[in-house]
Amino acid sequence: MSVFYFVAFLSIFFALMTIFTRNPVHSVLYLVITFFTFTVHYILLNAQFLAVVNFIVYMGAIMVLFLFVLMLLNLNKDSEPLKSNLVKFMGAIAGMCLLITLAGSLRILEVSESVQLKNPDIGLVANLGKVLFSDFLLPFEISSILLLTAMVGAVLLAKNDPKKV
Amino acid sequence: MESIVQNIQGVPLNHYILFCSIIFAIGVTGVLIRRNVIIIMMSVELMLNSVNLLLTAFSVHNGDPAGQVFVFFIMALAAAEVAVGLAIIVMVYRNTRSVDINALNRLRG
Repeated sequence: MSVFYFVAFLSIFFALMTIFTRNPVHSVLYLVITFFTFTVHYILLNAQFLAVVNFIVYMGAIMVLFLFVLMLLNLNKDSEPLKSNLVKFMGAIAGMCLLITLAGSLRILEVSESVQLKNPDIGLVANLGKVLFSDFLLPFEISSILLLTAMVGAVLLAKNDPKKV
Repeated sequence: MESIVQNIQGVPLNHYILFCSIIFAIGVTGVLIRRNVIIIMMSVELMLNSVNLLLTAFSVHNGDPAGQVFVFFIMALAAAEVAVGLAIIVMVYRNTRSVDINALNRLRG
């Protein structure tokens, strides 16, 4: 039980470091650590398939993409122009207002029962695969078309057009 | 395995909701206070992840695998979004030599 609170504290700490660090490369690395703590959360919930997918897709693919673009654009220095302090202050206030609203609406609920695994093998690959390929077959195929479209779009956008330049 | 499963028993669902709200609010704050487009996209990823974790917690709590399948779809969507978004950032950088969000106000009339 206390493992959850420790990992949650680590997640919040590294998420705060992500948005407050000046250097963009450090920011990406802190985000990688945040996603790793999320993987630990998935393991604690016994969602093994999601833990592995989170580890591979988020920490492996997406973060490498972010780092690659940062290095490609040569932004690994503190070149970011800072917003004025007033805008920063207002942004922080707005974020805290959102948090207070969410937490306040949470208080209306009575104290909930604790999370319990009613069905311990719900997050295993076999079970999720059965659901994915029976109930969610059409969305699964459509998401493959979405990924193909995204790939074509990304290549088309990022390609240097020799005729124009 | 059993000890891991035993570990999570006893954390109230409210604490999961509160934790994910905090992470989501951190993501919103990051979008509001930074000017680097790449860090803004990273904050959006943070928000997506908090919602993913909350969906998983609800799915485990209710014993319904549909929530985890939805998290899988959200991850596929996030991968597509990051690929297209970073391609747009590369193109914008090629035209303006900057990733400052304030350089993108040309659409303002």
